[in-house]
Amino acid sequence: MSDIAFFGAVEIGLVYALVALGVFLSFRVLDFPDLTVDGSFPLGAAVAATLIVAGANPWAATLAAVLAGAGAGLVTAVLNLRFHILHLLASILTMIALFSINLRVMGRPNVAILMQDTVLTPFYGLGLPEHIVRPLLVLAFVAVTVLLLAWFLSTEAGLAMRATGVNARMARAQGIDTGRQVGFGIALSNGLVGLAGALFAQTNGFADVTTGMGTIVVGLAAVIVGETVLPLKGMVWALAACVVGSILYRLAVQFALSADAIGLQASDLNLVTAVLVAVALILPRLKARRKTRRAAA
Amino acid sequence: MMRVMAGAAMALALAGGAVSVQAADGKTVAITAIVEHPALDAVRDGVIAALDQAGYKAGAGLTIEFQSAQGNPATAAQIARRFAGMKPDVIVPIATPSAQAVAAATRDLPVVFSVVTDPVGAQIVKSLDAPGANITGVSDMAPVADHLALIKEIVPAATRVGVVFNPGETNSVSMIKVLKDAAAKSGMTVVEAAAPKSADVQTAARSLVGKVDAVYVPLDNTVVSALEGLLAVGVQSKLPVFSADSDSVARGAVATIGFNYRQVGEQTGAMVARVLKGEKPGAIPVEMARGSDLVVNAKAAAAMGVTLPDSVTKRASKILP
Repeated sequence: MSDIAFFGAVEIGLVYALVALGVFLSFRVLDFPDLTVDGSFPLGAAVAATLIVAGANPWAATLAAVLAGAGAGLVTAVLNLRFHILHLLASILTMIALFSINLRVMGRPNVAILMQDTVLTPFYGLGLPEHIVRPLLVLAFVAVTVLLLAWFLSTEAGLAMRATGVNARMARAQGIDTGRQVGFGIALSNGLVGLAGALFAQTNGFADVTTGMGTIVVGLAAVIVGETVLPLKGMVWALAACVVGSILYRLAVQFALSADAIGLQASDLNLVTAVLVAVALILPRLKARRKTRRAAA
Repeated sequence: MMRVMAGAAMALALAGGAVSVQAADGKTVAITAIVEHPALDAVRDGVIAALDQAGYKAGAGLTIEFQSAQGNPATAAQIARRFAGMKPDVIVPIATPSAQAVAAATRDLPVVFSVVTDPVGAQIVKSLDAPGANITGVSDMAPVADHLALIKEIVPAATRVGVVFNPGETNSVSMIKVLKDAAAKSGMTVVEAAAPKSADVQTAARSLVGKVDAVYVPLDNTVVSALEGLLAVGVQSKLPVFSADSDSVARGAVATIGFNYRQVGEQTGAMVARVLKGEKPGAIPVEMARGSDLVVNAKAAAAMGVTLPDSVTKRASKILP
């Protein structure tokens, strides 16, 4: 694997780490299976790219993308909480609606910002090669997000959110407004996903309406791989595990891309990626089972 | 222990990645498509066939690397980084998202894209005539220049071409721009008639009567969806209507020329060969896909008062009765 390919995988892994953090919030903290992310990721990309093309400051465009993502999450939460539509279905409805909305936002299926200034542009001039600058800058975004999230989840508000996910009935008995917790949590989750979309558009130079496909699968895979690799030791570790999982997933894809050397072809990519992730998940378990068997003997 | 296993898996991944093959002294062409489907596969096969014709035989001095992003732009971005790191002699991205990902990943390796409809709008090149930098390629914009030549061949007196289009459709707006450039080059003028809704199409067509010698229907969803109204004006006023797509010819337009994706691939491959021989991509103008699939509608031609010359009927790959 060349340097450029390696750092490219790390960079895209870091972008999707923000998705993994969002998915961690919805699935793990709130126990809310949320498929909105397949729509809020391209929404973030679409909003950021469209605003940048219209001449907006890239930082403002990125912030707008976060707010748009949060808004999409709020729609899912309202459909679920106010109108009692099953969470899975509510998020699917928002997701499919977002496909049309993303086309509306962009006015066409693909908006290019290859030649516009982005949040990365000022950092390109600092002497480091672009393939290093990009992952470093995304890493800064991810590190700040992890720290803020870890801090938030340890505050009283954050603990209320965690309690809501663990046992909603008990949380209500403690006087927690669980509806507000879910609404805020899903909005925050999709806000992070919108940020990921905005960064993806800016690091790759375009927003495309098809970018969302499978985002949820990637996010979940990152969360689960991360949990397997980094055992739970408090909130910061759990969040860091999402980041590590996301990077490992992208390295697995990068490896799958080189798998033609062992007789596989381009169309096998998804299969190879799935097998690699499955192996990463199964190996530690086999190891653990052998250990217990040995201990028993 | 878990972390040790993960470390081993990582090491394996890195070692495996390093096995990437490259011919010792030959050339390497890395091709990537956003997704595998018959049209894009035909482009890839066309590229390889044209390289073969130009003396670059796959497996004998030429290494071909092919990756499909399987429809996923994030994977397209990773493939772009991988190719940028491999440093092949030419990278050939097929379709817009792949081309944008490659353009973002490298500013110095030679890139020849294929089937990007609007490379300027997609910000892959600054201009079609002088792309500059490291990138050129072939656009699958309808072969508008070929269409104008066809109009001239069937209606030799034609100098004014009318076009009905929806100014709200990005694709047709960029197509009208290309049409005007092509018309200027062949000494023709374009007369525009806007139809923002399909209900406006017939009115817009009527406004062209007396002002033009032929009408051209671009790839415009609004106009194509209300095509019959426009065709009726053509028949009533003996104003021949030409189209950019063959479906419209089946519905009653006189003729069109289409390309097939294999041809577009061959056209791209010829460009790749020029770059392999040492030309700078930035100095090669972007080419519009050339078409040779001529489709004519004899009945429509008669109804609109035009006689199809033998040169056209002989060349046609399909004549609708």
